[in-house]
Amino acid sequence: MNFITVFRKEMQEQWRTYRFLIVLAVLAAFGLASPLLAKFTPEMLKAIPGVPAGLLDAIPAPTIADAVTQYIKNMSQFGILLALLMAMGMVVQEKERGTAAFFLTRPVSRETFVLAKFAALTVTFLASLAVAAIGCWYYTYVLFEPLAWGPFLALNGLMLVVFLVYMALALLSSTVAHSQGVAVGLAFVALLAVGGIGALPVIGEYFPGRLFSWGASLMLGGTGTAWPALGISLGTIVVALLSACLLFCRQEI
Amino acid sequence: MSSVSIEDLKKYYGPVHALGGLNLEVAPGTVFGFLGPNGAGKTTTLRILTGLARPTSGQARVAGVDILKDGPKLARSIGHLPEEPAFYTWMTPREFLDYLGRLYGLSSTERAARARELLAQVHLEEVSKRRIGGFSRGMRQRLGVAAALIHHPQVLFLDEPASALDPAGRKEMLELIESLRGQCTVVMSTHILADVERVCDEVGIIAKGRMLVQSRREQLLERYAVPAFEVSGDDRPALARWADELRKVSWVSSVAAENGTLHITVKDLQAAKRELLPKAVHAGLVLNRYEEVRPSLEDVFLKLVGTENAL
Repeated sequence: MNFITVFRKEMQEQWRTYRFLIVLAVLAAFGLASPLLAKFTPEMLKAIPGVPAGLLDAIPAPTIADAVTQYIKNMSQFGILLALLMAMGMVVQEKERGTAAFFLTRPVSRETFVLAKFAALTVTFLASLAVAAIGCWYYTYVLFEPLAWGPFLALNGLMLVVFLVYMALALLSSTVAHSQGVAVGLAFVALLAVGGIGALPVIGEYFPGRLFSWGASLMLGGTGTAWPALGISLGTIVVALLSACLLFCRQEI
Repeated sequence: MSSVSIEDLKKYYGPVHALGGLNLEVAPGTVFGFLGPNGAGKTTTLRILTGLARPTSGQARVAGVDILKDGPKLARSIGHLPEEPAFYTWMTPREFLDYLGRLYGLSSTERAARARELLAQVHLEEVSKRRIGGFSRGMRQRLGVAAALIHHPQVLFLDEPASALDPAGRKEMLELIESLRGQCTVVMSTHILADVERVCDEVGIIAKGRMLVQSRREQLLERYAVPAFEVSGDDRPALARWADELRKVSWVSSVAAENGTLHITVKDLQAAKRELLPKAVHAGLVLNRYEEVRPSLEDVFLKLVGTENAL
């Protein structure tokens, strides 16, 4: 019911409250900076006075692999953090401010209310990641050599899936909570749980973090895949969103 | 058919009985005052009727729609102004009304015309391009009314629409509500008796989650108000002596003295009309004022709610 209208409003809100620009600026900055950092870190080290000559000699000449690794490292840290920060207040803020009560007496279903927010955030991250990826590709091309488009697209697609997992979990936290403090707490518990358990051997193979390794492997010519982790990640997104919708439908505003 | 029909509505929050079997019928076109002290259950009732909360048991229909069975149809039939309307502060009033118009499926021409018309009606046309974030409480309240009316609702629910406004804002809001008479059914919850006296045709008094009485305003006053007189004079000791004499008279219920004024409630209005003034003359009083006091809704309210609290 009215999904397009509400989604349009959410996109307008992303733009007018500068959320879109913040995500775009942060991701684009790290996208651009990754090949630059990979290329010039050894140069910067050389410029520092007093660095032992043997250490400088031990640093290998930067390669395209360093640019890709740097890109994945930056995105995995800041992308996930941004996904959490942007999503965890979206529903609970509206409950606290009273806008939810004001709008849910209109022809807007609660499912639409939640899903339109997720869709708008997805578009924001998709667009920002696209700009970041183009920036990274271009600087890598200028400083090293062109990246293979196919694997690079796949890497970014996998990164987007990881961001969406955290976004969906943060949105669920935001829906469950009745105050922003609780929503923040729950979102960071989700971050620690997914990140912490994902770092364990064996079981970690099934967690979203494994998708970064798969992306890196695609870029660097490895052969490993992580289909189970991809399936579980997509499943987590669906389950988190369904739970958020069901819980929100049962809540009294 | 009633615009609002509530049957044995109950709402429990754990051990707290917010509504304990509420019954209510509101006729179409009425401006209905839903009156009660704080915590009586007014907001809970409105939240249930607008679909924001679910009743523990009971039934309710608004504009012929069962509130539990057809949420989307209910949303299209009602307008709602919460006690503190909240907006997207980054929007302008025009954008805000346009957004709501879209939700109700109005065409772009209809949306533009309706926004213009409503902004003029609530005196916000001059600030129609300013961000809502900078609006005063009164402006937000008026915008809330405009928002509630965008789709010509059949029933309009207003939760304490004027309680937090300054006198000028309150006057404007009540005039606005009065202007809606005949356009739709208005159900207005409030604890301000003067507001109800001014704009409502019918009154329901609620306390502790139960409807104490529901009636046309004038009938309510006739039925429950106690006939009374007020007499003022400068000679307070003489007034006090006369008050003592009056307390012994059979048709006098009570006499209260305050700041040189006696408030005399009577059991027999005709006897009082005939005998009260001659008694004052006989007592040698020099009067500044002698008046049969029009019974107020406040008297009725205090009487009914006081009785309820005493139970």
